[in-house]
Amino acid sequence: MGINIIGNFFTRVFGNVFKNKKSIKMGFYGPPNAGKTSLANRICKDFTGEEMGTVSKIPHETRNVQFKEKVEITYKGKKMTFKMIDTPGIATKIDYEDFLKYKMKKADSKKRAKEATQGVIDAIKWLDDMNIVVVVLDATENPYNQVNITIIGNLAARKIPVLIVANKIDLRKADIKRIEAAFPEYDVIGVSARYGKNLEEFYESIFKLIKKI
Amino acid sequence: MKKSTKKLKGFTIQLLPYSEIRSLDSDDRIKKILNIVLGNSIVILQGKLRTEEETRLIGDTMAMIGHIKGFKGIELAVISGNGGERLFGKMRSGILNAISGGNLGAITIIGPATIVKEIKRNPKKIELLLG
Repeated sequence: MGINIIGNFFTRVFGNVFKNKKSIKMGFYGPPNAGKTSLANRICKDFTGEEMGTVSKIPHETRNVQFKEKVEITYKGKKMTFKMIDTPGIATKIDYEDFLKYKMKKADSKKRAKEATQGVIDAIKWLDDMNIVVVVLDATENPYNQVNITIIGNLAARKIPVLIVANKIDLRKADIKRIEAAFPEYDVIGVSARYGKNLEEFYESIFKLIKKI
Repeated sequence: MKKSTKKLKGFTIQLLPYSEIRSLDSDDRIKKILNIVLGNSIVILQGKLRTEEETRLIGDTMAMIGHIKGFKGIELAVISGNGGERLFGKMRSGILNAISGGNLGAITIIGPATIVKEIKRNPKKIELLLG
């Protein structure tokens, strides 16, 4: 009994020391073209000076799960190391003909569609491995989209802490209240990843979120 | 000016009572739904799939694109009537769901993307745009 109590004490104390030293896996999830990579790039640029991936107006630009190790985020004297995981946009349909509208060649469009479908499968596989997830939504779009609901429902079922980011608040059509109304149980932070607007509030929310792990 | 003469191809709507999938495991539920969708039918399912099954459905759909001719994915929407319930209402629907084995207050619509172009939804209504 006494040995057990001492054992538990050491596990708790030293367990927490090692837990705090490990990087926290922060995933970026959401539908295509919501600005996941733009936000991940902005954070990486702020704290490492490097970007994570390329961005494009053409949907499904990110077709592989991308990683950035040891991103040390500091905010108001607090410091935490993250492994950032940027995932391909999750969709229920992918049609190569949609890419032709962006003047892509047919062969390139087909290749992009094929890679994008695999990207969605990989993004779903990675859900289990996250410590926290930032769900990035386009604030100009209708949030009542089944993909958004399914992603957030899955994370809730896995008890993974979630922060919802309403991106593109620099655009006139942006409506954060609509996203807040759609997901009343979650914190919603409006940002513009493109212009770096409101990132202070985002970092503050991330530090609040990691307490829920 | 020449008018577009593109016609909507034939499709059917299949109502699927929850009793049809209640006893099936996740693999068979998804297989059953995708089989109907691949037959150019829109499925209106009484109730809803489990969250992990919805994700599996998306993953399996992606795996089929490019392997089945003309298949471009699905459109999916779940309308749940349990949104604004108070505690007693939630408890009551929870008990009913436990007895029935699923959330029968919900309706799930799943259609092939070649037929259902978009499902527009807000908390109070749902619109299927066919094309």
